[in-house]
Parts: sequence; C-alpha cells; structure tokens
Amino acid sequence: MAIRERMSGNEAVSYAIKQINPDVMPAFPITPSTEIPQYVSTYIANGEIDTEFIPVESEHSSMSAAVGASAAGARTLTATSSCGMALMWEELYIAASNRLPIALALVNRTLSGPININCDHTDSMGARDSGWIQIYSENNQEAYDNFVQAYRIAEHPDVRLPIMICQDGFITSHGVENISLLEDDLVKNFVGEYNPEEYLLNAGNPMALGTYSVTNFCMEANKLQEIAMENAKQVILDVAKEFEQISGRKYAFFEEYKLEDADYAMVIINSAAGTAKDAIDVLRESGKKVGLLKIRVFRPFPEDEIAKALAHVKGLAIMDRADSYRGGGGPLGVEVRSALFKNKVMLDSVNFIYGLGGRDFTTGDVADIFETLEDIVERGAKPVDYKYIGLREA
Amino acid sequence: MNKKANNNIEIRWHGRGGQGAKTAALLLADVAFKTGKYVQGFPEYGPERMGAPITAFNRISDGEIRVHSHIYRPDYVVVVDDSLLESVDVTAGLKKDGAIIVNTTMDASEVAEKLGGFEGNIVTIDAKKISMEALGKNYPNSPMLATAVAVSNVMDEDVFLDEMLNSYKHKFASKPEVIEGNMNALKMTLEEINRKVKAVA
Repeated sequence: MAIRERMSGNEAVSYAIKQINPDVMPAFPITPSTEIPQYVSTYIANGEIDTEFIPVESEHSSMSAAVGASAAGARTLTATSSCGMALMWEELYIAASNRLPIALALVNRTLSGPININCDHTDSMGARDSGWIQIYSENNQEAYDNFVQAYRIAEHPDVRLPIMICQDGFITSHGVENISLLEDDLVKNFVGEYNPEEYLLNAGNPMALGTYSVTNFCMEANKLQEIAMENAKQVILDVAKEFEQISGRKYAFFEEYKLEDADYAMVIINSAAGTAKDAIDVLRESGKKVGLLKIRVFRPFPEDEIAKALAHVKGLAIMDRADSYRGGGGPLGVEVRSALFKNKVMLDSVNFIYGLGGRDFTTGDVADIFETLEDIVERGAKPVDYKYIGLREA
Repeated sequence: MNKKANNNIEIRWHGRGGQGAKTAALLLADVAFKTGKYVQGFPEYGPERMGAPITAFNRISDGEIRVHSHIYRPDYVVVVDDSLLESVDVTAGLKKDGAIIVNTTMDASEVAEKLGGFEGNIVTIDAKKISMEALGKNYPNSPMLATAVAVSNVMDEDVFLDEMLNSYKHKFASKPEVIEGNMNALKMTLEEINRKVKAVA
C-alpha cells in the first residue's frame, strides 16, 4: 500500500536515502540543498540508518571523500547546489572517469553572480559534459522516485557511472506538496545490496584506480566511458519498467503531455513543466493544439527519441533555465536543434531563456510563448532565434 | 462576506523574516493535507535576514496541483505584520470576493485607510493579545492560522481543531503543558473571527 504523505522535495529525497540506507555520505551544506544532509544526519543520530556521515570543510572535499568511499567499495552519495557543485568540478570528472556510481542529490540553484540563492539550471547544465548521468524531476514525487531508481542505473555493470538527480531549488526543494511514498521493504528490495565486482578494499584482488595514463591508453578509457553512457539508455528504461511494477508510476526518457496531435510544443525541464501543463489545458479548451515534452533524462541525451516525438510539430519552444553565453541561447536549445537536424526534422523553433535566478515562470508566460510561435508560423512574423522572457520592462 | 465551502483556494502570506509566516503557511498545508486535500505550501525567499519582508503561499485543492508559480490572484491575503501594509502592495491581485486578514490592533476602517482606501473585505485579528492571554507569550502563529482557516472556510472548524490537537500532541510531546494554551489560542481566535464575520455578513 502506498503511503500518502506531504513533504518538501528535500525531505522526499532524504526519505528515499533513509529507505536505501547507503554506506557513506560526505557533505558540506549549501542553500537550498542543506536540508538533505540535515535530515540524513538526523536519521543517523536517531539510529534509523547506519550511513557513515562525513562532515567536511568544503564541497571539494565532499566529492573527494565520495570518490574515495565509492572506490573503496561503499555505496556513496552527497548533496549540493550551485557554487557547491562548482567547487566539486575537478572531482566530478574524477568520479565519472573512474566509473564510480556515486549518487548526487542536486538541488538546482544559479551560479554567482549576481549572488542569488534561487533556482535556475546553470549549475547542472554547466556540468553536462562531466560524464555524469543527469535525471531531472518536476516535483517532490519525481525527485523521490528518481532517487529510488538512481543506484540501480548507476551501479549496473553495463553502466558504472555517477548519477545526479536534479530538482528545482526552493520551488520544489522547499515546497511542501502531497506525495505517495513506497514502503521501506519495497524500496530496499528494489534497490538491493551493492556488490561491486572490483573495489579497493578487496584484499584478495588488489587493483589500482585513478592511475596515470599518457597517450597509450587515455583515449580508450574515454571511449569506454562513452560506451557506458550509451548503455545507460537501455538500463534507464529497464529500471523504469521495474519501478512501474512496484509504484504504478511510469517513467521514460521524457514525458509527453498532449503532444501527440500538437501543432505547437514546448520542451522544458523540471518544475516549470507543471505550470506549462496547467496553461496547456486552458489553451486546449480554447481550441489551441498545444503540447509539451518534459525532459527527464538529459544525460545520456535521447536525441533520436526527442526528434521523433517532435517530428509532426509546426512550431517549437525550447525552454532553457540557463544561458550558455555563446551569443545564441542556452544548452537545451543547441541540443534539441541538433537532434532535430540530425533526424532531418525541420521546424520553426525559438529558444526561450526563462526563470534565471528564480524569476517566476507563470501560466501567462506559457500562453505568450505559444502566441509567439503562432505569430511566426501562421502570421508571418519574423523568426526569432532565442529570446529572454519575463524580463522587467525598461 | 458570506462563509462558503471552498474547494480550491489560493492564499498569500506577507510577513517579516523570523515572524513565522512561512511556518504558518506550512502548518496550514499540513492541516489541510490531513483533511484529505491536495496542498502546496512554499516560501519566497528574499534577502536571508531577520526582519526582511517575506512572502509565503498556499494552494489547497480537491485535485492534484501542478502549477509551480507564485500566486498573483489570491483568494485571501494574510498579513502577519501590519508595518507591511504601507511598504508592500499586499492587496495586489486580491480577488473581489476574497479578504485580507491582518494581525493588528487597528480596526478594519483604519486598515482600509492604511491601504489607500481599500474597498474589499478586511478581517483584523489581534494575534498578540490572544496569544498573551492564552499562552502568556507572543506567538502569533496559532491565531493567524486559525484566522486563515475560519475566514477561508477551507475546512470544517471542528476537524481543524481535532487535527491541530493531534499535531500539537506530536509537536509538544516533551512539553505537554503548552498544548492547552495553544488550543485555547485557536478556539479564542475562531470565536472572535466568527463573531466578526457574522457582524459583517
């Protein structure tokens, strides 16, 4: 029987951690993810779990300690946001290239500056090429469900890569909403014990990790890492299918909402998708054929599947909560257009930049965006490459 | 102002950092959840310091809630600190048949004047006075929560009191002596609000 509860996104992820009872959690606090190590250390203090909590003096150290613990053979996690992740930068690559299945609860927050504690996706989007699997969550329910699935994906022998489960800072991390939790035993059995094939504290089978490699083997290691990321696609789908059996909730690379017959669509990530769905329902009532594709898995990037799902659309809004500062829009804009081009899907698209530094994103914004697409496709308005929305009027 | 059953309401709270507006919003979400509703309770953080104006929000509904934006057309506005009446546009977007609830020693006409001649419904409550009488301390959260429940009619008042008793028993397990005072604060508030609402209706 599912457990009807209400809690914030931070508590939801912490609750999943409690049910999984991982071996080691090094962490350093940073808003808005601080509550996660707080909750977990409380569970430990109460004797509810026996995770080894390592308080460290920085995020550089928390990810370093996570790398050490994972290499030693421990099921490991940490949590962070924003500048905390920036300080882990070097170790993110170490974790991925050493094929360490660490889980990171990332609570999305902008990077400085201006100094700002609120949500956008600058932190995780900046780390999109670090070799981590990235899975995004619309609400507390998805943050919980995704975290329950995380180790099954990361630790799979075909994958063995670190994974970050992302949710929106404050909007979902601090918002209390209804949630349906799974029973402890169900989660424990689903996640299972961690029995790595090779690890440093395996006395009978000595090994080296993080070794120096010059040109003779470096590129082969890189290729193997790339193959692991390709393999992750099938594993993510298989794990989702199994998860559906215990939860009744369906997960895939992305969610399609009223997309099947849509003339106009929006590609979006995380909490703003919920707002867009409400707006889409209203627009549908007035006869507009609009829909949405919400990306759950951004790494690996399911480009062919995305292109196929959008092939029938006339106009597309690609929504970025981060700017690449390349003089032409955000990361999702580039990757979705690349996917469309590769699959010879030619359609009008606008890359909208929204919600930076916590700027609110409303149902009215969604209506305006679809209006802009209609203007371009049906009324001959000048095409727009990329555009900031929700800016203050001068 | 008529009291009617409310199945889908949006509330915006205005307070100052450290006063408990966020806590009150989360408590309201909590108690509404326990009556079987779908809920949202979330804060908007500005500067992280005591005394800075903060906003918190509630959505309470019979159906699933998906929207994740702030609330621009609230059914009710709750102002925990009356010094905000002139510095923040607290009535922005407030629905005509809604109400603004203010923690103050002023009466409704004085509040209307502070709001630049506001013509909508105003409910005042002296949360400090009630809290001092019931608890001997100034904790405005319980009276403000009871006011929000009574005015919005988001749940039956007896159910509200039962749920709050359960939640206080849990929250104050180590100091049960404060439970009665908190319950009295809720009851005194409900009585006062019902008296005022009846007078207006």
